[in-house]
Amino acid sequence: MDLFEYQARDLFENYGVPVLQGRIADTPEEAEAAAAAIGGTVVVKAQVKTGGRGKAGGVKVAHSPAEAKQKAEEILGLDIKGHVVKRVMIAQGAKIAQEFYFSVLLDRSNRTFLSLCSVEGGMEIEQLAVERPEALAKIPVSAVSGIDKAKAVEIAKAGGFPDELVEPVSDVIVKLYEVFEKEDATLVEVNPLVLTEDGQILALDGKVTLDENADFRHQRDELERDALDPLEAKAKEMDLNYVKLDGEVGIIGNGAGLVMSTLDVVAYAGESHGGVKPANFLDIGGGASAEVMAAGLDVILNDPQVKSVFVNVFGGITACDAVANGIVGALNALGSKASKPLVVRLDGNNVDEGRTILQEFNHPLVALADTMDGGASTAAELANR
Amino acid sequence: MAIFLDKDSRIIVQGMTGAEGMKHTQRMLAGGSNIVGGVNPRKAGETVEVEGKSLPVFGSVADAMAETGANVSVIFVPPAFAKAAIVEAIDAEIPLAVAITEGIPVHDSAAAWAYNVEKGQKTRLIGPNCPGIISPGQSNAGITPWNITGQGPIGLVSKSGTLTYQMMFELRDIGFTTGIGIGGDPVIGTTHIDALEAFENDPETKAIVLIGEIGGDSEEKAAEYISKHVTKPVVAYVAGFTAPEGKTMGHAGAIVSGSAGTAQAKKEAFEAVGVKVGKTPSETASLMRDIISNL
Repeated sequence: MDLFEYQARDLFENYGVPVLQGRIADTPEEAEAAAAAIGGTVVVKAQVKTGGRGKAGGVKVAHSPAEAKQKAEEILGLDIKGHVVKRVMIAQGAKIAQEFYFSVLLDRSNRTFLSLCSVEGGMEIEQLAVERPEALAKIPVSAVSGIDKAKAVEIAKAGGFPDELVEPVSDVIVKLYEVFEKEDATLVEVNPLVLTEDGQILALDGKVTLDENADFRHQRDELERDALDPLEAKAKEMDLNYVKLDGEVGIIGNGAGLVMSTLDVVAYAGESHGGVKPANFLDIGGGASAEVMAAGLDVILNDPQVKSVFVNVFGGITACDAVANGIVGALNALGSKASKPLVVRLDGNNVDEGRTILQEFNHPLVALADTMDGGASTAAELANR
Repeated sequence: MAIFLDKDSRIIVQGMTGAEGMKHTQRMLAGGSNIVGGVNPRKAGETVEVEGKSLPVFGSVADAMAETGANVSVIFVPPAFAKAAIVEAIDAEIPLAVAITEGIPVHDSAAAWAYNVEKGQKTRLIGPNCPGIISPGQSNAGITPWNITGQGPIGLVSKSGTLTYQMMFELRDIGFTTGIGIGGDPVIGTTHIDALEAFENDPETKAIVLIGEIGGDSEEKAAEYISKHVTKPVVAYVAGFTAPEGKTMGHAGAIVSGSAGTAQAKKEAFEAVGVKVGKTPSETASLMRDIISNL
């Protein structure tokens, strides 16, 4: 889960990373009050999880509370790369002497952590990596020993910091690693890390990504999350692993890999049927009880874009007769709300029993498919009618 | 022959007395795996009756190894305790540890892996978040249905559980030496390359199916490895062409950020080194059929 900038700022503050004052505002009036409370020059910053906010007009300087109100009016409601601004952060202004870059992240490729550091900040890191790769230090960090003071000094020196800055910068790096480790983050990035004219090191803008697998050992319920699509919100309430896409063929399957594959096979079949595409990702997992199937079908059939549904289940641990009973139970429970054709492909464990159950059920909307490719093709064809 | 797991494997189950552990211990035994005991410090000294077999419960992996000669551990311990369980297996230097557990925090799996590296990798770790490893007709360490396929000349390595089942089932008449589900998490033990290397060296394996999915660069590295070190025919399948950027689709590892890790890039990497990539799992299976019939 990616955090908003203000959430990253709050987190940094909790760990003693030097940051500027920042207050959130959802209306121009709140922005005005926040600017008055902070005092002096402030920066009004759109809170959206995308880069290029500055260029899109989402970051503006204000010299008075009245001006902050006016800038917030301009920024709230802006569409930045598909993200509509609903909230701004009013950040205290700073006189910046120099800008730097620091991050620590999960290096999946090498199965370890990695720190990136450069005394040359102020530009997109991807750009720096391409244009001046020698200026960007890449230091592997052990997931066992982490970043202590000595390691932080090594990183700051490798990043090209002059001797007089190594000490204060390495102090901040140690604290940022603490955020990374204790908050179960997969990314902590500060861009820019700055030196102010009065000699302070500050984390001016932060990006933090948290590992949701670690939610169980953190208090994250109160964190503002991305606004969900209404169908995604409903699916989440029912504990379904669902992602809304924008096609016409609803998908239900078991196992993340098989469901991803099902989306691909449907998109591929759709090329011969008017370009129809998968409408969602939905993994009902191992159990596939009647309740889960009913909940899944309920979400998918409520998607007005869906024209047909493809249920693709491989019975590994799951037994196909249990899945078939799930479908029967779901269609009985949904009654006349079930109004779109369902193509069902079952294979594997207890497949004959499963198919027999559906044949005897003999529901007008249900068609059985022999293979995954065949089922995808039929579902695509039905969606294109 | 088979790789990493065979008829002589002696298996213990960490977390055997839990619901998942018990269910799958039962299934593994029914499929003929030689399960010799379980580990649960709170139930050490007890015995559990499973499938007509009396299985001793030990206080630690080291005790279980000393008493039973176990050389494989399958881990079903819940996410919050999984790191400790893996570290315990590493400390005991068990040759193979298979971590089935889904949902382990990545800091935990990264720390466990770093620890294994520090200790000189005396333990081969498979997973976490995987279906495990099966050498059909010989042994099964994990949750793959034992009767899904038969013994034969194909080696399989896959990031996904259900796609593994699908592929093994489609090719059940030809059969497999070993099928390994390496797992869909960002940090895993055994990689595509480790499996490719072992299959290349296994005289019984005549051809290899590799299943990948979006996220990371394991497939790209595997393609490079194949071009340099693998002489046996390989076919590949990659899932996730239609997955949108930045969305997690079930597997914590299956997330695309920026241009790296896309299914298209992986497919191109394989094709660039002469590995055929099926458009669908069934097409991939039929590519393998062609290869086997021409051997």
